[in-house]
Amino acid sequence: MTPTIPIHIPTPLRSYAGGQAVIEVPADTVGEALRELVRQHRELERHLYDEHGVLRRFVNVYRNEEDVRFLERERTPVRDRDTLSIVPSIAGGADREGDANPAAAPRVAAGDAAASQAPVAPPRPAPAKPAPPAWATGADGLPPLSDAELLRYGRHLILPEVGIRGQRRLKASSVLLVGAGGLGSPLALYLAAAGVGRIGIVDFDVVDASNLQRQVLHGTASVGKPKLESARARLADLNPGVRVDAWETRLTSANALELLREYDVVADGTDNFPTRYLVNDACVLLGKPNVYGSIFRFEGQASVFDARRGPCYRCLYPDPPPPGLVPSCAEGGVLGVLPGLIGVVQGIETIKLLLGIGDTLVGRLLVFDALAMQFRELKLRKDPACPVCGEHPTIRELIDYEQFCGLPSAEQAASLAEGWEIDVRELSAKRERGEDFTLVDVREPHEWEIARIPGAILMPLRTIPERLPELDSSRELVLHCHHGARSMRALEFLRQVGYSKLKNVRGGIDAWSREVDPTVPRY
Amino acid sequence: MSLALDRGLLREMHEHLGRAYPEEGCGVLLGREADGRRRVTRVIGFENRLEASRRNRYVIAPEQLLQAEREARALELEVLGFFHSHPDHPAQPSAFDLEHAWPYYSYVIVSLHGGRVADSRSWRLADDRAGFLPETLELVAEPDAAARGSGGTSPGEPSGDTR
Repeated sequence: MTPTIPIHIPTPLRSYAGGQAVIEVPADTVGEALRELVRQHRELERHLYDEHGVLRRFVNVYRNEEDVRFLERERTPVRDRDTLSIVPSIAGGADREGDANPAAAPRVAAGDAAASQAPVAPPRPAPAKPAPPAWATGADGLPPLSDAELLRYGRHLILPEVGIRGQRRLKASSVLLVGAGGLGSPLALYLAAAGVGRIGIVDFDVVDASNLQRQVLHGTASVGKPKLESARARLADLNPGVRVDAWETRLTSANALELLREYDVVADGTDNFPTRYLVNDACVLLGKPNVYGSIFRFEGQASVFDARRGPCYRCLYPDPPPPGLVPSCAEGGVLGVLPGLIGVVQGIETIKLLLGIGDTLVGRLLVFDALAMQFRELKLRKDPACPVCGEHPTIRELIDYEQFCGLPSAEQAASLAEGWEIDVRELSAKRERGEDFTLVDVREPHEWEIARIPGAILMPLRTIPERLPELDSSRELVLHCHHGARSMRALEFLRQVGYSKLKNVRGGIDAWSREVDPTVPRY
Repeated sequence: MSLALDRGLLREMHEHLGRAYPEEGCGVLLGREADGRRRVTRVIGFENRLEASRRNRYVIAPEQLLQAEREARALELEVLGFFHSHPDHPAQPSAFDLEHAWPYYSYVIVSLHGGRVADSRSWRLADDRAGFLPETLELVAEPDAAARGSGGTSPGEPSGDTR
């Protein structure tokens, strides 16, 4: 028989429970008891559970003397004479030294005794600061500044938080930028200007005209040249005192530890999930701070992941999104100014880490919405079960990140595409020969407005499942998109539902404009 | 809104927080409420359970609170709220206090400068969580000296908001 279990309600929640201190419910488990409680008192639900139906962080449930989190959580059985208690977590404390807004009490009317009291506190003992890199422990080991450098960095030197010593620290320090794109550009420019002694950049791309809308490190004259070349030239002009290590390679599991090991701080400006997880795991394994930023359309995020002091990227996102679910900037677009802002936030955090000043974004995720012009902040917690930085890590060396993210490796992608891909010249030849096929453009309507290949029909990727009846499986279907990735996904889908006469246009409409028909605008 | 306690209880609270200085001390306030007036009748000091940052953070572990709630039930009292110190900081809620605040509870904050009590104030979370509302901290005569077993007069610490 189901026992009746008393639940003790803490005083703040009683007004949502009919004013009762104890509510008795029939239940065999903690979960049943709580569900019955919120069934009887609907208002309690939002105080006990978050929007995902998970028990709120500051709410603890005890079965007799034990926290159910250490038992079987909501599956914890309850029997006759057991008692459940809902116990709030209580915490607080003075703000740290230098925190503005000591009151946090905007509602206190002017003239109120409390509001008019001037804070008279003597300086508080300094709270624990992020540890500066190891080289900072011996003052003698820091490089001196020349007269020219004293002049150049004058506005830093008069900041007590930086000063000559801080500037010498910057000169002695090193930062690795993963990517010289939208985020890497402002990062590289400001870190070089600030006098960071050594800046490493990992990138293997060449400058494309479509990069210039946001990648301010590169100029029009550099289109078609390696990004590292224009980065090096621009940084040398900006600050000849900075050493630039140009790593023209893809960051891989094979080289990441070796590359990152040399640097004090790593700043992640990558645009894809496999590299992001790779950078994270390598930083955790090496015990280095990872200054994270990401951008998409009008939104950006930034944080500092330092597993020694807080959560890592995997604590925030344990699993990558399914391939294709989250569009890249190339597919979804990005406001050109946005990476400037997020990259500069990363730059500020990098400098603070190197100097050991201020409160960094460790344990906090900054979320920026450009359209609303709003910054929000989310608290991040270290996940004790995190596979790389948790209490019992299962990832002790770098893994295959393409596979982890559900993507085919470069070789697999090549073999997958084999037999299914044609290049734009073949497409052109097929048209000239008058072959019978349907050219399907799987891009979005606004992209179609910008440019299209004559004769193609528009069928955006996400609409394909419902528009299958329009596609005749007895005819050959040639699929294209902007660069070839979305149309490859469309091809995979069509194969699965039984189409077999399929081809994907390698390089998409972009390749078509470059190699076949320059009158089709590139974007 | 008011929170009343007698000098003996105030001193008990101050002494507990003075021992914790320069770290933050904390504890729970038990008592009764009638017509919006709260009367504290028991103060329980807790050890600050944080492992780090005790100079500017405190935490009351759920098991400490659970025990206090038991005690309250046995004495037919309620958990009215909590007290904690701001060492060398004003007796005003911080952003961190706000973030962790619960509705209903009275939060008494005691400012200690150089280890001496400078100010004591009580606050309650506003309904919209936008901030704290000040609550009158009322000093009352000791109820029944014999019952409390400490009939002495207080050393006269500043009491805060009644100025």
